Amino acid sequence: MDYLLQNPAIVFELLLQHLLLVSVALTLALALSLPLSVFIAASSRWTTAVLGVLSVVYTIPSIALIILLIPLTGLNAWSVIIALILYAQVILTRNNVAALRGIDPAIVEAARGMGMNRWQMWWRVQLPLALPVMLAGVRLAAIVTIGIATIGAKFNGGGLGRLLFDGIAQTGRYDKIWAGAIAVAALALLTNLAFVTLEHYFGPARKIRGSL
Amino acid sequence: MALLVFQHVAKTFPQSAYAAVRDCTFEVAAGQFVTLLGPSGCGKTTLLKMVNRLVEPSAGAIFLNGVNIRALNVTALRRQIGYVIQQIGLFPHLTVAQNIAVVPELRGWKKPRIDARVDELLELVKLAPAYFRARYPAQLSGGQQQRVGLARALAADPDLLLMDEPFGAIDAITRASLQDEMLRLKNSIHKTILFVTHDVEEALRLADKIVVLRAGEIVQYDTPYNILTQPKNEFVRALVGANDMLRQLSLVRVATVMQPLPENFADAGAPTLSADENLREALSKILASGATMLVVTRQAEPVGVVRLEQIRALSRER
Repeated sequence: MDYLLQNPAIVFELLLQHLLLVSVALTLALALSLPLSVFIAASSRWTTAVLGVLSVVYTIPSIALIILLIPLTGLNAWSVIIALILYAQVILTRNNVAALRGIDPAIVEAARGMGMNRWQMWWRVQLPLALPVMLAGVRLAAIVTIGIATIGAKFNGGGLGRLLFDGIAQTGRYDKIWAGAIAVAALALLTNLAFVTLEHYFGPARKIRGSL
Repeated sequence: MALLVFQHVAKTFPQSAYAAVRDCTFEVAAGQFVTLLGPSGCGKTTLLKMVNRLVEPSAGAIFLNGVNIRALNVTALRRQIGYVIQQIGLFPHLTVAQNIAVVPELRGWKKPRIDARVDELLELVKLAPAYFRARYPAQLSGGQQQRVGLARALAADPDLLLMDEPFGAIDAITRASLQDEMLRLKNSIHKTILFVTHDVEEALRLADKIVVLRAGEIVQYDTPYNILTQPKNEFVRALVGANDMLRQLSLVRVATVMQPLPENFADAGAPTLSADENLREALSKILASGATMLVVTRQAEPVGVVRLEQIRALSRER
């Protein structure tokens, strides 16, 4: 705790690095996952195949995955970001597909029968209805990504993991380990809270949806 | 003039050994209420969905107002046809008013016009606008939801309304009141309606004409009265004949049975009844008055006659 209070500038800078890693990774992961989910949700065969492959990726330990990426993208933050994208992809895609498939087919048919084109159906019907479930996936992915991103420090990725790894490397610096652990945990908890608030705002509670 | 024409329409779904619809040819005149009646799997819903191209026919053609619907832009076509489905399919994240406004918005109406239209339609389906506008679908009962579904389908004032078992999932009492509502609306809005049902009573009650379907083929296309009195074959007889006669009399509307006024008709004090009454009412009036002929009126104007022998024809056939 002392370290946190005595070195706010250092911790804050590492926190910003951490947030940058996580938000770049999450944004890119979402940008990939949304079209992928829409594409595969229409077919069970594609869903099973794509989610199967992604699940295999998810079982690779993070250190191993980043090491595998280093020959391709170098010893830098990008290797870390790509690994984070791959992990987030599993969570996001699985959730997005579930969200899209959870929409009552009658609603989609009504939208089609009323003369909405695909784009209008997506913006006016599918996205708003899937959003609460999708947000839950983004929240989970954000938390998992915040955790895994600490490993990134080992590979020149920066972030709060630096405190942990420095603390381990320098004998007797438990204060750094504590500072890192507390900061990461606090970040994860706050992120969770922010998304829960967001879900609540877009969620069913506000719009009484009983039958869904 | 025929608003809707089916010419040798057929549909075989991929991965299906037999045709869902085969060689259907019939016409629906403007302003008519036509029901597609038949058991599950007879192709009635498939036939309906070919009109707004949710299903594309494998053969044949459908003409709306004389234009082959294949030549029309598919979303533009759907926006000019009202569509009501059994599962209702209201958008749960939109209010009642927003649900009704969907097609007018798609067609680019201005906001004041949409607002006025929403109120008008809510009045039409007997839901007080002040109360219901801002409700969400989950706050309504099934019957109220389908009233909104109907209002939504009517929103952009389509000539043609497609209804796919719209009251199928609604309890019997509410269903009867919605059917009454349909009859009332039919007279006030002058729409052509194609209505799918497997419920014989519903078909007899609502339809001007009934298309009886079996295994994708049209068995008979006629008025409720003719279908009851002259069923084309055993299948139709079995389909409509299971109910008792008085019950059926109570379903068939005088309007679908009446004959033209005789020449040099003079209102000689014959008992009258409204065209929206049913044959059971007609029979009790005949029994009570001793007359053999009733004058049928619309807004107090004589428009036709119904005779005792027409009612008797219904019972003779059994």
